[in-house]
This record gives sequence, C-alpha cells and structure tokens, in this order.
Amino acid sequence: MTSTPLAVAGTDETLEDVRGTSLWQDAWRRLKKNRMAVFSAGLLVVMFLFVVAGPWLSPYTFEQQDLAYGAQGPSLAHWFGTDMHGRDLLVRTMHGGRISLLVGLLATFVSLTIGVAYGAISGYFGGKIDAAMMRVVDVLYVIPFMFVVILFLVLFGRSLILLFVALGAVSWLTMARIVRGQVISLKNAEFVDAARASGVGHLGIVFRHLVPNALGSIVVYATLTIPRVMLEEAFLSYLGLGVQPPAASWGLLVADGANSMTFLPHMLIFPGLLLTATLFALNFLGDGLRDALDPRMKT
Amino acid sequence: MGAYALRRLLGIVPVLLVIFTLSFVLMRAAPGGPFDAEKPVPAEVKRNLELKYHLREPWCEARFLPALARPDLQPAAEKALRAENAWASRGERLCTGVFQYGWLLANYATGDFGPSYKYKDRSVNEFIAAGLPVTIQLGLVAMVFALIIGLAAGLVAAMRHNAWEDHAAMGAALLGISIPNFVLGPVLILVFSLTLFWLPPARWDGWQYMILPGFTLGSVYAAYIARLTRGGMLEVIRQDYVRTARAKGLKERVVILRHALRGGMLPVISYLGPALAGLFTGSIVIERIFNIPGMGRYFVDAALNRDITLAMAVVVVDAIFLLVANLLVDLALGLLDPRVRYDA
Repeated sequence: MTSTPLAVAGTDETLEDVRGTSLWQDAWRRLKKNRMAVFSAGLLVVMFLFVVAGPWLSPYTFEQQDLAYGAQGPSLAHWFGTDMHGRDLLVRTMHGGRISLLVGLLATFVSLTIGVAYGAISGYFGGKIDAAMMRVVDVLYVIPFMFVVILFLVLFGRSLILLFVALGAVSWLTMARIVRGQVISLKNAEFVDAARASGVGHLGIVFRHLVPNALGSIVVYATLTIPRVMLEEAFLSYLGLGVQPPAASWGLLVADGANSMTFLPHMLIFPGLLLTATLFALNFLGDGLRDALDPRMKT
Repeated sequence: MGAYALRRLLGIVPVLLVIFTLSFVLMRAAPGGPFDAEKPVPAEVKRNLELKYHLREPWCEARFLPALARPDLQPAAEKALRAENAWASRGERLCTGVFQYGWLLANYATGDFGPSYKYKDRSVNEFIAAGLPVTIQLGLVAMVFALIIGLAAGLVAAMRHNAWEDHAAMGAALLGISIPNFVLGPVLILVFSLTLFWLPPARWDGWQYMILPGFTLGSVYAAYIARLTRGGMLEVIRQDYVRTARAKGLKERVVILRHALRGGMLPVISYLGPALAGLFTGSIVIERIFNIPGMGRYFVDAALNRDITLAMAVVVVDAIFLLVANLLVDLALGLLDPRVRYDA
C-alpha cells in the first residue's frame, strides 16, 4: 500500500498483509485490456521519438534549402519530398511536430494550473464564493474565445509564448468545473476531517489532500485537452497567426500544403496525416483513460 | 416559462457588455494606431480622421495636455511631447478611452457599428449585412449534415451495441473528431473538385457550392452527435417506459423512433448550443479554404488589416447570435423534457 501516494486513508495493521489493488493498479489493468488505447499510447511514444530525435539524425535542417531538389515528391534523398523552397519536408514535419506538441503540452499545463486552482478553491469554500466563481465560468463559457485570441495575437505580436499562454488561458473552464465537482464530493470525507483536526490549513487541505484525490479525473481531462489545444494551435498557424516561418508547425505545414496541393499533393498529405494520427491517438488514449480511471464520467 | 425566457434574455446584456469591453480594452491597449500602416497624410488630415473616430477628444486634450491640440502638430513632435509629459499623456489617453468607450457603446446600442477603418467608403453594417446571411447559411447546412449523419450513426451504434457496426461507427466518430477541418477541406477539394470534377472548389453561388464546405464544417459535430446519441439511447433503452412500449407489442421501429428517441435526443439538444459556438469559429477557416465571403473571412481579413471597428463588430454580432441560440436551445430542452423546471 505504500507504492502510491494516493492510498492515504484507512490502512490498518491487519490489512497490511492482504495486498489490495489501488485505484491506479485497477485502472492500469483496465487500460491494458483496451487494445486500441495501448496501441495509441505506443503510437504516441513513436511519434514523440520521431519528432524529438528525428531532426538530430537528419542530414538536413528545417530551414536548409536544397536547390537541386526543389518542389519534388518523395525520393531517396528526401523521403517526404521537398517544399517550394527546396527544404526537406521530413525534417520540417519533425520540427513542426516538436512545436505543435510543445505548444499543446504547455498550453495544457497553463489551463491545468488555472482550472485546478480555480475549481478546487471554488468547490472547497462553497457558498457565496462558489456561486460567484461559477457564475463567472458560466459567463465565460459563452464567449467565442477564438475570436478574442485572434484579435489578441494580431494586436500584440505573434510569439510562441503569447500563443500558448492565450490558448491555455481560454481553455480551463471545463477543467475547473470537473475539479470543483470532485472537490465537493470529497470535502466532507473523513480524511479531510482528520487533516483539519491535525491542524492543516485550508490551502494544505485543498492542494495536498483534495486535489491529489481528484487526480484521476484531472489526468483524463488533461489528456483530452492536449489534442484540443493542439488543434487550436494548428488552426491559428493555418491562418498565419501562430508560428512564423521559417519555423514550422503542423498547422503551418498543412496550410502550405493546401496552397500547393494541385501539383505537390505530398506537401498536404504528410503533415496532415501525422497531425491527424497524433490527434486520433491522443483522443483514443484519453477515452481509454476515462473508461479505466473514471467509468462514471461520460462525454 | 415566459418569465424565465425574459429573465434569460435580460441576462444576455451583461455578457454582451463583458465581450464588448474585453475587445475594446484589447483594441485600446494594442500598440500603434489604426492609421499607422497607411501612407502618411498631412498632420491636419490625420487629426481630423482621429477626431472623426473619437481617437482624439478635444476636451481631454485641454484638460491634460493642451499642447496636443495644435492642428499642425507633426507625429515626431507629438511623440516627443508625449515622452516629455508621460503622466499627462497617460491621463489624456485614458480620458479619451473613456469617451471613446461611451461613444462606441452608444452607437452599438442603436445598431450602428460605425465606419470601417480600412474601407472608408463602406460602413461596418454593410459588411455584416453581406457576410452574416452567408455564414448563417453555411452553419445551417453544416448543422443539417451533422444531424443527419450523427443521428443515423448514433442510432445504428446503439441498436447494435457492441457489435461491429457499433465499433465501426464509434471509430469513425473518433476519426471525425480528430481530423482537423483544414486538413479535411483541402483533401475533399483535391478529390471531388480537382480530380473527379463533381463539385466546385470555391465560392458561394448555389446549392452545389454548399456541399463540400457544409460537410467539412459539419463532420466534427456529426461525430460528437453520433457519440451523444449512442450514449443517450443506451441509457434510455433500459428504462421502464421503453420496456412497457415493447411489452405492449409495438414494433421495434415504433419503440425506437417514437418512444426512445425523444429521451435519447436530450443530450444532443443540449449539445447544440456549444456546437453553434464551434460552428462560428470553424467557419473562420472554412470560409478561407473555400473562398466564401462570410463573417469569418471578414473577421480574419479585418484582424490582419487592423481594421479594428470591423473585427470588433464581428465579435459582438457573433456573440449576440450565440447567446440567443443558447437561450433557444435551453427553452427547447424544457419543452422536450418535462423534468426540466425553470423556477429553480
């Protein structure tokens, strides 16, 4: 029972010998049975290695031009072909994948931080504070935020940092609701009383005791947030508002590909395929995690 | 219910005010003025332009920095003057901002969105009158596609729970959720327009122009609707009233379409509100791919041109539509589900 930090409550001497299964071991067992989820996890690992390690192994860099091979389909020298400027599409796709994944992870982290803190505080204090904080969330829910993000990026410059902060700052609402619900259902549990009796402060109870016990739902929803913000980043880059050339992201490469698809279809197909496969795997894994960790939660 | 509808309708006003204020603050806080990118005009002309758009307020200038009020003040001289009197300059900017906020808000309240910064011969209202019907058509076509495909796939999946049809439909739905519309759109153009020559690749001139963009925009929502329909139906099908209907000896078709579907549809209907928000956002990129002259196109062009009055008006008009649509969805939910109470 000491293997996970979650098994905090109610271990008494006689039970020590019987090896119980923790929430996480249970979930792991269920997840392993879900073949599509396991396959998706494998695909993501491969994709991750491909985009992270790939550029080191490639003889080209993402901005290097090979003028003898401009605008050509796949060949032995350039497996994914080259773009209009003679740049190797394979290395550009890997480089773009790095940026897309990085923005996806960082934006999710931003949304996670805001959403968990907001939801946990709202749920824990309850009453008027909760009502006011949730009313704010209700109001924010109906604002078409992509429009605001686009305005923001146009007016304040198109940097990578602004991009993921802006995306994270507008996608924490659902996370806040989920965490709030979990905290409300947990806050009257005995281990919270025990913590309070032993003199733990409000913040300690919220972040050391309540949030870790809501981790299952948090992990599930965070996994599903990654593909969503990656899609949004690609969407903004497609419009020319995200990553700026010569750097690349999958959205930007798809936009380039769409512009030249009549004579160079490979420029659309390769980045489009990799982006779709990654989003598909993340969604499948998220669904699998949800079934494994939190069978009650639904779409 | 009438009282509830009225209260919700009034509740829209503060939300709109938040959206208006948010975009206004963004616009004011942004570095650079709206006329910076254009050919330099004589100082007097620029001053008159700025007075016209309430970017300058003589009352505020007189209060905080009277030296600004000279009509022939050159930009470089103004910059130096502002740098010298930083606090007075800030005060003047804030004061002007407050005036401009009130002026814009009063105009918006009467439905006048003012002139476009970029196209000085056209008003923002003209752009919106031209773009909004197109975007609404596009959204409706996409919604019809999404409902037909999504409901059919969801029903099949629920009827054949855990059979291959179920897995196939749900796999397709997850694919629909994962494939970005800006990947799907160009691929569909490549196949159906440039290879098979079945459908036009761009513009908005008739029903055959609506098929590809409508399907591209609707595919994600079809996928979500399929999942929600399946989930809703699986839940309802176990209920007593469905068993009663079966026990009466009704045909399976009648049981499903008459009795189960009404309850199973509820999650789908409550999803329509958020889906509409997504449709507006999605139309930004769809209208660009298929070269459709709608609100989304105007918005991106306006943002890139720093045509702030137009961009702001698009945000506010879209928000009004969303809020009203959400209200209608909630009311529809109440009509269909007797368990919903409005007085809570």
